[in-house]
Amino acid sequence: MAVSSTLPRQSLAPRATLVAAGLALVLGVAALAGARYGLLLMIGLGFGITLEALRFGFAGPWRAMILRREPGGFIAQLIAIGLAAAVSIPLIAGNPGELVGAHAPVGFAMIGGAFVFGIAMQVVLGCGSGTLVNAGSGNPVGALALPFFAIGSFAGAWHIDWWTGLGTAPVVTLDGLFGVAGGLAATFAGLAAVAGIALWKAAPGKRAVPRRLLFAALAVAGLAVLNLVVSGQPWGVVYGLGLWAAKGAQALGADFSGSAFWSNPVQLERLSQSVLTDVTSLTNIGIIAGAFAVVLWRSGLGAGAPRLPARAWIAVVVSGLVLGYSSRLAFGCNVGALFSGISTGSLHGWAWFAAAFLGSVLGVKARPLLGLEERARP
Amino acid sequence: MTRRFVVILLLAAGAVGLGFDLAASEPPNPFTAPPAFALGSGLSAGGAHCASPAGG
Repeated sequence: MAVSSTLPRQSLAPRATLVAAGLALVLGVAALAGARYGLLLMIGLGFGITLEALRFGFAGPWRAMILRREPGGFIAQLIAIGLAAAVSIPLIAGNPGELVGAHAPVGFAMIGGAFVFGIAMQVVLGCGSGTLVNAGSGNPVGALALPFFAIGSFAGAWHIDWWTGLGTAPVVTLDGLFGVAGGLAATFAGLAAVAGIALWKAAPGKRAVPRRLLFAALAVAGLAVLNLVVSGQPWGVVYGLGLWAAKGAQALGADFSGSAFWSNPVQLERLSQSVLTDVTSLTNIGIIAGAFAVVLWRSGLGAGAPRLPARAWIAVVVSGLVLGYSSRLAFGCNVGALFSGISTGSLHGWAWFAAAFLGSVLGVKARPLLGLEERARP
Repeated sequence: MTRRFVVILLLAAGAVGLGFDLAASEPPNPFTAPPAFALGSGLSAGGAHCASPAGG
């Protein structure tokens, strides 16, 4: 990303304008809504730039692991989660109230939701953060999936009480079970065990983790901790998307009294306030804008869109809805449940991981059948 | 169709959505906003997250 001194003057001017625009956006939100919200937008921009510029993702590396037994990107995710956990778990334990973890209960709907999410994220090759990055970079599959992801998230939250009523265990955290040091040790041991299995299953000569992904893991972990320190809660994606759709429904005159979730006083307050004061909305906007900035920086907007059959576009719409709906039942996507759940000690993050990975094995098989194979993105 | 077209469409939708949101919501007030950092603020975390069953 460094600007070489040999770059022609005409390519420096747009890039300087891009940096200035990013700073102006952050300062504008800080001035309009408050310093915390400006910082959160900046963190979101950091996520978007890191994910797009260093090609760090979740759905792609899982696909690479399943289809080609290439564990590099998959292990980079585990490293990022471990680094974030090393700081987040003790920080939350030492500052209860000010900071909260992504702690949610394991349940039938939670596990089923994660499994279905795993299928859908391989169909569109975009998870929670991946769909935002893909949309921001001008990928029409991501851009089409995004609004339906939001609608699905809104609907999933509407029904979440019914689904959790099917059977849900109490919330369990590893630090709650074993203490802070024991919980951290258990988290590291779990991550190391998964990494060990991935390396054991790797194709010959494919075990290395590319250096760019190690940098990305470090950056993502640092940004996730910063997100926690600034907002008081871990990095998330899905809630913000559902809120956007809920605001749209509210504008159309929807009556939320039939939903225990959306008629909750906490939600009514969120609905009455701007998305510029909502934590996950701001980081989501930042991720889209950050990915957009990277594509502009690389002058990559001229690339053509993939030619896909009609059934592929229908599959994208349906998968977008399913991604949103299932991730609410699963108490998060790859970010809110997998990354933030595990890195803040929640057992549900591990259950999500196992169920979504199994779903992904089916999803990679479904993708070519639905006509989406032309635009594979590692 | 190029990525440029997709991005223009997305930015236009985002701008309209944000404009509508600002018009329909309580105006943000930086003077009543929480401190820049939750850590050390002494305040309970008040944001909504997807891991919370009630979202709060």
